[in-house]
Amino acid sequence: MVIVNTETIAGQRIVQNLGLVQGNTVRAKNFGRDIAASFKNLVGGELKGYTELLTEARREALSRMMAQAQQLGANAVVNVRFATSAITAGAAEILAYGTAVILELE
Amino acid sequence: MLDLIVLLLPIAGLLLWWMIGSMTEHGHLASLERRERELAGIEVSSLPHPSSPAPGSEPKLVTAEVVLASDGFKTWVFGLRNLFGGESKSFSRLYQRARREAVVRLKTAARDAGCNAVCNLRVESADIGGNANGGKAMPMAVCALSGTAYRREAPTP
Repeated sequence: MVIVNTETIAGQRIVQNLGLVQGNTVRAKNFGRDIAASFKNLVGGELKGYTELLTEARREALSRMMAQAQQLGANAVVNVRFATSAITAGAAEILAYGTAVILELE
Repeated sequence: MLDLIVLLLPIAGLLLWWMIGSMTEHGHLASLERRERELAGIEVSSLPHPSSPAPGSEPKLVTAEVVLASDGFKTWVFGLRNLFGGESKSFSRLYQRARREAVVRLKTAARDAGCNAVCNLRVESADIGGNANGGKAMPMAVCALSGTAYRREAPTP
């Protein structure tokens, strides 16, 4: 499945628009990561545990969005966007959304 | 004598934090410069469409995430800055480093996908610590990028 954040794809034509697809996930950061992070917070550097958390969460949201698109019979999702919202202290929601379409070679 | 030690101890601590923090920062900047040179051939733009894409190349979403910690000294300096207001240069620089690192990772992801350009770059952040909900998280620079990687046609001479 083609996933892009552009509106169109060069050389291909959108023949059918199947509408909005989305996938979300709420992840909590764990206690162990917090301890490692509070140490890093004195010396500086990357908070690898949190980076991984964000990467995993975005991947999960994307794959849920793709599953929805697949169900609709799409072969691509265009104009994909991410959004985050804080739900409570220590957890955040990641949302991936886009438009499921059927593409055809021009 | 004891008074003097009590007075000097926090200053010594700050100095230590400053030294460690700037070592981390300089190490990161040196590594960034090296990797940016390596990836100089990969073009990144915020334009909405690919410019001169190679025919038949399949575009692909690429993402990159970076979370950088502040250090003891920067956080302390910000505490002072917060009293008077104004720009916090040390936190601005922290975010700049996070963005540069994220762009390097995005370019690496594009290269690994067999592409040599990224268009429609989007820059986002996330509230990992939950500061928006009254959480007392430590300062951190969160940068999340996304873009569309594609193969760009080599410019004809």
